[in-house]
Amino acid sequence: MKTRYSYGGDEHIFVECDEEMSLEAFFKSLSMAAAVKKARIKGVTEICPANASMQVKFDPDVIKPAAMLKELKAIEKAAARAKPVIRSRIIEIPVLYNDPWTHETLMRFRERHQDPTSTDIEYTARINNLDGVDGFIKAHSGVPWFVSMVGFVAGLPFLYQMVDRKRQIQSPKYLRPRTDTPKLTVGHGGCFGCIYSVRGAGGYQMFGITPVPIYDPNQKIKHLKDFMCLFRPGDIVRWKPIGREEYDATAAAVEKGKFKLKMKDVTFDLSEFNKDMDGYNAKLMGALNGR
Amino acid sequence: MAVNVIKPGLSTTVQDLGRPGYYNIGIPLSGGMDRLALKAANLLVGNKEGAAALEAVFMGPELKFTEDATVAVTGAELPPRVDGTPRETWTSFRVRKGQTLSFDFLKKGARAYIAISGGIDVPAVLGSRSTYTLGALGGFKGRKIEAGDKLPVGKGRGAKEGRAIPEKLRRAPGAPAELRMLPGLYWHRITADAGKHFFEDIWKVAPEADRIGYRFRGGRPLEFVPREQPFGAGSDPSNIVDACYPYGSIQVPGGTEPIVLHRDAVSGGGYFMVGTVISADMDLIGQLQPHTAARFVEVTMAQALKARRDQAKLYDRLKASL
Repeated sequence: MKTRYSYGGDEHIFVECDEEMSLEAFFKSLSMAAAVKKARIKGVTEICPANASMQVKFDPDVIKPAAMLKELKAIEKAAARAKPVIRSRIIEIPVLYNDPWTHETLMRFRERHQDPTSTDIEYTARINNLDGVDGFIKAHSGVPWFVSMVGFVAGLPFLYQMVDRKRQIQSPKYLRPRTDTPKLTVGHGGCFGCIYSVRGAGGYQMFGITPVPIYDPNQKIKHLKDFMCLFRPGDIVRWKPIGREEYDATAAAVEKGKFKLKMKDVTFDLSEFNKDMDGYNAKLMGALNGR
Repeated sequence: MAVNVIKPGLSTTVQDLGRPGYYNIGIPLSGGMDRLALKAANLLVGNKEGAAALEAVFMGPELKFTEDATVAVTGAELPPRVDGTPRETWTSFRVRKGQTLSFDFLKKGARAYIAISGGIDVPAVLGSRSTYTLGALGGFKGRKIEAGDKLPVGKGRGAKEGRAIPEKLRRAPGAPAELRMLPGLYWHRITADAGKHFFEDIWKVAPEADRIGYRFRGGRPLEFVPREQPFGAGSDPSNIVDACYPYGSIQVPGGTEPIVLHRDAVSGGGYFMVGTVISADMDLIGQLQPHTAARFVEVTMAQALKARRDQAKLYDRLKASL
């Protein structure tokens, strides 16, 4: 892992922790971001951790870019010693796979897809050697996913599947981005999953939809009263496959303010996870169910 | 008091100087794209520089006033009229209760700033009154204004009419527009030859140019340095592992059409960037119309900081002129 620094104009410094994605690179980005926040450097206005990189925005009238760079390099040294342990939350997100809304959308943009003759799930199952739609749902929902970045648009989580690289689902983005994606679509591009927080353009494959809102600028939704975005980097997501009936019931409960998000505080330790991923994931899933 | 919207214009939004601090969860700065013009309009009507004003794109709104107010229009050359009588841009004027403010066709630039004494008094959300339309956040109900809206206006003493910003202090893009940029970020992904013609070529603003970003086309495609794509990046040579995007960063999806991100930027994504437009030139982008010719000009950090200081001095002179 080699850290690379670059100025982003006169107001940003971009720090690439690694060229390729790994949980190690993510932890480095997260611990650097936390250390920059803690250092309370005058002039810093935004601290953004990302999948395998991070970025700081600053006011060059307050701190010169060269001085900012020096601060960051010193912080990198200290952050390298930080243990890869974080306080996290495991959150259950119900998903209606193969739903009618993303299906209607993906049919509308079929000519922009790698394989116009199959659906996004069928295509992704095939190129990942999974046993059709059912095999895909089993692989996708069978293990937890790590929120390795929040962004693109307000509150959108990027999700990293918590398994060995060789078992990770990978799928290209659409050949040309769509101009439309339903709100709360569960998507996938490269090795990353996501949940589209708002309706809009997008290039990720579309697998399903969740009835659980993750962004509410009016903060009327119960689990978004404290803050308008649900996810933060370091959260863990468990997908729960649901049918149409449960989807409708959950959507109605959300509407009435009666939906309660299933969520538990957990501690995540990367070294322990690396020793036994399947065992560690089973424990995480157990924690969600109060075991 | 309130201002009633008779006609909304093409895409008129409430903007102040923006909402820093939430880019890490994908909520961008927002705020006026041409900040110097926004600040000037506010000062002309006796507001604080960062009061909320209207940003009108290409076409002005039609507004009926329910109380007397002082108004100023800056930025794009979008000539105002009060009950049909022409008024000057970059100059404060009175609008009486019951009178209507309307606009002629756009003569120059792209975005006009309409400041009203007292400022647009929509509630501040996360510390700002700016509209972020993609996230339906802030401004007037999280959207562009529509006919029938009643825009709340704060109490302001209102400066006297006839105050003007001298012509030499009004900044506008040249022809072709020159956007100074600091190469960096993923510049190493393109060949030396591609780097050379990126600066040589004349680009044109594409119709897809908005508050999120400005797309340019017409230059030669950029060739990539061959590599095996890193894990998680995606298969196209222009893909990277999804990362943060700086404001002003220039991404070139597929190596063909550069996009410069602006105040409503998407906060990150999987396209490589060749560098970043310097802070001193960001205001200019907001005044570029589609089909305008533009060049990217390479500068050093020292030059970028000098340009920033010059920009600050220009604003100091502007303030002193009032």
